[in-house]
Amino acid sequence: MPTTVIPPRQEEKLKPATDKAQPVIIIEHLYKRFGQNVVLKDFNLTVYKEENVVVLGKSGAGKSVLIKCVIGLLKPDKGKIMVLGEDVTILNDDDLDKVRSKVGFLFQANALYDSMTVRENLEFPLRRHWIDIKPQEVTEMVKEALNNVALLHTADMMPSELSGGMLKRIALARTLILKPEIILYDEPTTGLDPVTAREIDQLILQLQKKYHTSSIIISHDMNCVKNIADRVILLLEGQCYVDGTYDELAHSADQKIKQFFE
Amino acid sequence: MSFITDTTDFLEQTGNISRFTGRFFSRGLKPKFEIKELLAQCYLIGYKSFPLVGLTGFIMGLVLTMQLRPSLVSYGVQSELPVMVGIAIVREIGPVITALIFAGKIGSSIGAELGSMKVTEQIDAMDVSGTNPVKYLVATRVLAATLMLPMLTLLGDAISLFGAYIGVNINAFTSLRFFFIQIFQTLTYSDIIPAVIKTLFFGFAIGIIGCYKGFNSTKGTQGVGNSANSAVVLSSVLIFIIDLLTVQLTNLMGLN
Repeated sequence: MPTTVIPPRQEEKLKPATDKAQPVIIIEHLYKRFGQNVVLKDFNLTVYKEENVVVLGKSGAGKSVLIKCVIGLLKPDKGKIMVLGEDVTILNDDDLDKVRSKVGFLFQANALYDSMTVRENLEFPLRRHWIDIKPQEVTEMVKEALNNVALLHTADMMPSELSGGMLKRIALARTLILKPEIILYDEPTTGLDPVTAREIDQLILQLQKKYHTSSIIISHDMNCVKNIADRVILLLEGQCYVDGTYDELAHSADQKIKQFFE
Repeated sequence: MSFITDTTDFLEQTGNISRFTGRFFSRGLKPKFEIKELLAQCYLIGYKSFPLVGLTGFIMGLVLTMQLRPSLVSYGVQSELPVMVGIAIVREIGPVITALIFAGKIGSSIGAELGSMKVTEQIDAMDVSGTNPVKYLVATRVLAATLMLPMLTLLGDAISLFGAYIGVNINAFTSLRFFFIQIFQTLTYSDIIPAVIKTLFFGFAIGIIGCYKGFNSTKGTQGVGNSANSAVVLSSVLIFIIDLLTVQLTNLMGLN
């Protein structure tokens, strides 16, 4: 460990004197390996209500693996992941689905179903999670979700007809349609031009304020980190190397931290 | 060293396919069933394959008749041509050729579709949307392939026999009624039923291998191409293995 590193925050230090201090994700002693490659090694993290935590790290450091473990797409080898009070590492499929209905996931490559229209893409999670939902409600919610991202006119278009920025917005609308309490973003601005990337940043912030969500955001885009992050952690060698605000990390003298901000 | 690696890979793949099949039975067949998606897949897998199966069946019946005729003429038993062609088509050639064509069309299509969904994270997106991909994607495609192939085989057999009738009529006139009476006087249920039952297994193998290869597709376009290709190769080999086993089984049961 470096000598100048800002130590990972203590829970007490993080807790503001409001009820927002309620933890929504608690990750304890998480281990994940693929063959001989140990990706996460005794990783710990707590995310509080309405907080945006950005995870920085080199490619292959295990950032995407981390959020895939949180949503239950990957099973960790060891450790505990409490999401909204439920340990997702031990839940059965049905209970995991209940937790997932409160957690949104924005995929790096958007992962829109290319055989469905934009409208069908948005309807799909609604009809799956809320089986008894009425058709009128589905229509209203799809309209609201598309309005949120200013793309109502694309409802009957296929994903292949949309630009990269539009696809990202639609993917964000699909993520938000279930009104999740937590959103996990996997590199939300990767592959976008700087202008569109800033628009996505602003959209994420607007929607977070509107729906009071908490987020873990994986990003390499330092402008995105600066705009969005309440807290930044650096994932290095499978562990949380540093945990602090953007300004704290940006002014660190530690070489391993500095290289991300140069 | 290469032999050991190949053997290890083969055993590993066999184990993975078995585990994948286990997931199909344990998760894919649990209620509530995806009836709408199953019907959509039956349409795509069954109805859309019919023209190809019909065309190849017709040509197969015609060519088989034309090829067999000279040999039968040399033995002076050309009158047995409809019977021989009928038995060959219904018992063996119809089911196997239809299954191979089906594997080429449907196995590759399932492998490529699911492979593409896998590498673009659409399968993961489905998972986090509260939809079990094994139930929604795998079970519907495997069941549709299992149910549609026997029907396509029966239709293919019928068209193939019609092709054989045309083949017989090239050299000598035979009425359609007489041709089919000759065939059905010889064919028994023990010819038709085992042939239809084995197509259920062929369809299941094609569906499950296509889905397995798609679900285990590696990143990139080459990975998707490999999935489609290996789905066809592996399911074609499995068709012959299943065929061999069912023939042995029907022999043991005294149905031949």
